[in-house]
Amino acid sequence: MADQGKWHFTMTPTRKLLLLLGLLGVLGMVYRLVAGLGSATNLNDQWPWGMWIGFDVLTGVALAGGGYSTALIVHILGVKKYSPIARSALLTSLIGYLLVMAGLFMDIGRWFNFWRPFVSWGYTSVLFEVFWCVSLYTMVQLLEFGEIATEKVKKGWHNLFKKMLPALLIIGVLLPTLHQSSLGSLYVIEVGKLYPLWWSMLLPVFFLMSSFFVGPAMVTVETFLGARAHGHKPDISLLQSFIKISGYVMLVYLLLKVVDLYYRGAAGLVFAGNLEGNLFLLEMVCGVLIPIIICFTPQLRNSVSGLVTFGVLVVSGVILNRMNVVFTGMADFMGGAYFPSVIEWLVTIGLIAIGVLGYLFIVENFHILPSHTPGQAATTVDRVKTKTASA
Amino acid sequence: MSKGVLVDLTKCIGCGSCSVACKMWNALPYSQTSQQQGSNLDADTWTVINRAEVKKDNEPAWRFIKYQCLHCDEPACASACFSKALKKTKEGPVVYDVSLCVGCRYCMLACPFNVPKYEWDKAFPEVRKCQMCANRVYNGDSPACVSVCPAGALTYGEHKTILAMAREKINGDGGYVKHIFGEKEAGGTSWLYISDIPFENLGFRTNVTTKPLPEYTESILGLTPAVGLSWGALLTGMYVYNRRRNEIAKEKEKPGNK
Repeated sequence: MADQGKWHFTMTPTRKLLLLLGLLGVLGMVYRLVAGLGSATNLNDQWPWGMWIGFDVLTGVALAGGGYSTALIVHILGVKKYSPIARSALLTSLIGYLLVMAGLFMDIGRWFNFWRPFVSWGYTSVLFEVFWCVSLYTMVQLLEFGEIATEKVKKGWHNLFKKMLPALLIIGVLLPTLHQSSLGSLYVIEVGKLYPLWWSMLLPVFFLMSSFFVGPAMVTVETFLGARAHGHKPDISLLQSFIKISGYVMLVYLLLKVVDLYYRGAAGLVFAGNLEGNLFLLEMVCGVLIPIIICFTPQLRNSVSGLVTFGVLVVSGVILNRMNVVFTGMADFMGGAYFPSVIEWLVTIGLIAIGVLGYLFIVENFHILPSHTPGQAATTVDRVKTKTASA
Repeated sequence: MSKGVLVDLTKCIGCGSCSVACKMWNALPYSQTSQQQGSNLDADTWTVINRAEVKKDNEPAWRFIKYQCLHCDEPACASACFSKALKKTKEGPVVYDVSLCVGCRYCMLACPFNVPKYEWDKAFPEVRKCQMCANRVYNGDSPACVSVCPAGALTYGEHKTILAMAREKINGDGGYVKHIFGEKEAGGTSWLYISDIPFENLGFRTNVTTKPLPEYTESILGLTPAVGLSWGALLTGMYVYNRRRNEIAKEKEKPGNK
């Protein structure tokens, strides 16, 4: 597969559909830039932030957390047995952040001013920290990917990238730690507006922890999806031990949530039976409690269905959590109504489609999956038994 | 130094002169809906008069509530702005500089009173809200709305002076509720309200925190340098330690491996 200088991309019906969705998304983006936010979106004075911020940005960054959590585990803590996962986790994260940047760019009203915060120095704003960290981290990830890319193109640069890698890896864990938590801090200023089940001074801690534990879950989901697309068998023994890391963090998260609710006197609201209470319960039971049970029951954890259920539940739980903070928890105070417009949907779906296509293209043309690095990790290759679709 | 306006709700007759003056001075377009009492603030309507139907001594009564940006002493919107497009001036007004604005709308979310509005129908929209006629204030004039009030409901002056006046009024006359809205709300605001009807019955957000909102964020952001530095040092330490450990492990295995 790793033949030099040749580019592969096999078109399948699914990929054609993704391409079509991507094109529709681009059209939607052009329309938004020309016509403005009011005609492209259903945003209004009650709902200044909608799906692009809530889903594309807040949820996107959280789901891309697999990149930094895997980097922390593999490169910083030196748990080398997970290194077969590291590159695909980095790639998903990089693509995730590029999509986040695109979504953010669509959402800001005066996009030609996007560079202002770099020079205005509005350090009293949480957004300032988020903006700096996300921009820098996207650059760091591009450079990290440079090490992979130069295995195939511009090989002369490879050693330079390799030398930079240790520093990049450390900064590449440091920055996400700061901005994943800052995304939670964004909502600290919503004191009295955001429903008490979600508002807490610990929001940054909760956002950070959930972005960390969703990492292995996201990697699990991607591995199974990728395995189906490329027709190989995923390494269950590796994944089942990997998700245990999530499990331990989720245990602490759950405990902290409960303590925090009692400390703030908001625990009674959980079973209030209203929309907020029920969605909070759904988020915590399906997104945290059940996955913890799966994670610490060996029979469940060692099965394909158990792993997939774990992955899907945790990812959905984190998505629901972010949606609850942005929409459910704010609805009561903001009033009015908001549902994303056709163009908002087209852009969001289009961006995801472009991301998936990009991922597939890179996976099929660079050394991302362990099967593509013969000799280096022979045991893993044996276990994974990869047959790539394009090979 | 810092100026403010005292709104005496017992005196407002709901004539709407203030909102007309605001439109004229700021050259804001009129529309049918924004003329009506009780309509909300929007991009072209920076002040409104809301009518509340309440009970006074068991008799039905009307009260008119002028509403606009309260010009917080420590504004959440300005602290939330990462490009410094919104700022609190020393004269009192919280003003907006469109040339710096990125259009993220975090100010709209941060405001405890939901005041900033957006020009949704424009390709390059602006955030819009009452500027307290900052240019008039800088020149020693009162805001346009205050200058036209025929009922004496609006008093413009030094923040300290009007606060003292408000205290004197509510303590001297038993008809007033013993609460100056804006004295403590959101850490204090340039605009102050006094009333003979409890503020919660008039649609005011009385449960708003009295701690300045920027302090919530500061208490967390202030930790960033320390957390960043120590976490960075810890990560570097762990990286170096574990790489060395893996190297040693590899060397021990060497004879057997390739």
